[in-house]
Amino acid sequence: MADIQPIVMPKWGLAMQEGMLAAWHVEEGATIAKGQEIADIETSKIANAFESPLSGILRRRVAGEGETLPVGALLGVVADPSVADADLDAFVAGFQERFAAEMAARATEKGPEPETVETAAGRIRFLKLGEGDGTPVVFVHGFGGDLNNWLFNQPPLAEGRVTYAIDLPGHGGSTKEVGSGDVGAMTAAVCAFMDAVGLKKAAFVGHSLGGAISLDLALNHPERVHSATLICPAGLGPEISVEYIDGFMTTSRARKLRPILEMLVADPALVTNEMVEDVLKFKRLDGVEAALNKIASATFAGGRQALQLTDKLGALQVPVQVIWGAQDRIVPASHGQGLPASIKVTLLPDAGHLAHMEKANEVNELIKAFVGD
Amino acid sequence: MSKKTYRQAINEALRQEMERDERVIIMGEDIAGGLGSPGEQDAWGGPLGVTKGLMPKFGRDRVLDTPITESGFIGAAVGAAATGLRPVAELMFVDFFGVCFDQIFNQAAKFKYMFGGKAVTPVVIRTMYGAGFRAASQHSQCLYPVFTHIPGLKVALPSNPYEAKGLLIQSIRDDDPVIFFEHKAMYDLEGEVPDEPYAIPFGEANVTREGDDATIIAFGRMVNFANDVADKLSKQGISCTVVDPRTTSPLDTETILETAAETGRVVVVDEAHPRCNMATDVAALIAQDAFDKLKAPIKMVTAPHCPVPFSPALEDLYIPGPDKIEAAVRAVVGKAH
Repeated sequence: MADIQPIVMPKWGLAMQEGMLAAWHVEEGATIAKGQEIADIETSKIANAFESPLSGILRRRVAGEGETLPVGALLGVVADPSVADADLDAFVAGFQERFAAEMAARATEKGPEPETVETAAGRIRFLKLGEGDGTPVVFVHGFGGDLNNWLFNQPPLAEGRVTYAIDLPGHGGSTKEVGSGDVGAMTAAVCAFMDAVGLKKAAFVGHSLGGAISLDLALNHPERVHSATLICPAGLGPEISVEYIDGFMTTSRARKLRPILEMLVADPALVTNEMVEDVLKFKRLDGVEAALNKIASATFAGGRQALQLTDKLGALQVPVQVIWGAQDRIVPASHGQGLPASIKVTLLPDAGHLAHMEKANEVNELIKAFVGD
Repeated sequence: MSKKTYRQAINEALRQEMERDERVIIMGEDIAGGLGSPGEQDAWGGPLGVTKGLMPKFGRDRVLDTPITESGFIGAAVGAAATGLRPVAELMFVDFFGVCFDQIFNQAAKFKYMFGGKAVTPVVIRTMYGAGFRAASQHSQCLYPVFTHIPGLKVALPSNPYEAKGLLIQSIRDDDPVIFFEHKAMYDLEGEVPDEPYAIPFGEANVTREGDDATIIAFGRMVNFANDVADKLSKQGISCTVVDPRTTSPLDTETILETAAETGRVVVVDEAHPRCNMATDVAALIAQDAFDKLKAPIKMVTAPHCPVPFSPALEDLYIPGPDKIEAAVRAVVGKAH
């Protein structure tokens, strides 16, 4: 029995309670490898390819296509060919029985929820996950994003360490006062957040504008930065898609916003209705439009990035890596070329600007290896 | 973000706008309650508890109980709006508007036009509508088509708690008179509602479902029925687009025409009586401007042309519920079984 391993419905982010198995990509009896895309799963937030968490022979496809199942439910069973069918049946039956009991218990418990803290830069909302004495990690989202952008990354990184995903000023549940709205103001807000929660030093993972902020921190506050992972970052070149920024700012209808958001990903099918709706709901909040306008005009007015950090990279005192989706249509991946040799650059061929969502497993492995224990 | 009822969402919108702008006042019958009595104040918070807690917080200068004289206090609200306040008046049941049509149709709606655009009338009139409450013919009508008919009025029909808060905040900030319709069967409906204030722009429909086979355009409470039907039918191979216009005036004709043209098969669901209602209006719009895209006759699912029955059994039959919507969708897609 020990040779039988379950594959279960993954949990992509806090809000995910269940997922719909849209399609299997492998047949029963197929040999599957860890990281191989074995199925498509759709949640209310996002649709994505499900990468196998383990290697072996897929002996059973327990979940049928089109079936909606709770997180943790049995999707399939991996086992060696020597395992008898009767043992597989017993394993599945036993799993389902335990899972039913677990679901009954789960109905009463409450998962972790975002908190807010008053800082010198105003109210900051954050999600804290994990415990342990591993290097703490702080996730910094990009323009127009929020802490939920890390739903595929924060939980796996939270093993053995404390992780924080924050909402920048002007975003999510944080203050809508953004000061001057430039990268420096955002960097100061991140430092104020660290002071407020008593965090001296952390490994940073920043996406897009959050990448520029993480790099700015690494350059100007090296004592607070263990390392920085920059995903499709701003700050390394002049270009940024004005079509995207303007479209994001001015579009108030879901059907018109969808093609704008589809620019973020290599595969447009990843953008769900709920994702579009969530962006609209955020933009409608009092103060958000003004905050975003201020940040946009301070950081990339006219489609040119105001802050260029490339020339300063020689002065870096902390390790920095760059991860870029080769099909990024917002900030061109070419900005990752010609950086100093000390900076490791990984180009992900089938990913766009949301590389950390599109290729979560690969990005998570790169971050884990870079951050260490 | 947290779960709130439709009632709580409306209460929160009122409270946040009263905090933001001291010109916002609320007035209506029994919205505070207990005036002049030694007993408990704010005991009910309005006939259905929507305004509970506002009088203790903002005082009786900004939360005004009025006599049961709609012609008087609606006129007062319109006048207060024309002279600088931003009143939110509650006229309990939309069925009672008949006695103050002049204040609304001839005064509030016309000021901007008759005073050369120099006057604004930022009044909101909140009211309950709809059947299903066992409240008989004088307390169960929809009547929003009547107000939609009048140029100068805006009409909002929030279909869930999120919509209720955002559309009410927009109503209060709008400089034109707005009639805000709350379906009494939805007050306990729960949904995710952000804690922060937010406004949903008027005249922008919400496409709540996307499908290929049929387009359901539904108003107010009917949006929820339409969503349920769409979800059910999607499991049976019929995929529907559902459109919630949010406001009947202004009406998002662009989204209606676009979504109607995409599937070519249209069902319009309107709880109002069938002559000159939103269903006839939308059906006419589509027939006029998207006729060449239609693959089947437009189906209208409405209440019958009769007063809302007092008999519970008949009232249930009166409402254009999910079964009738489903049958109409099956009819337009040609799969009636």
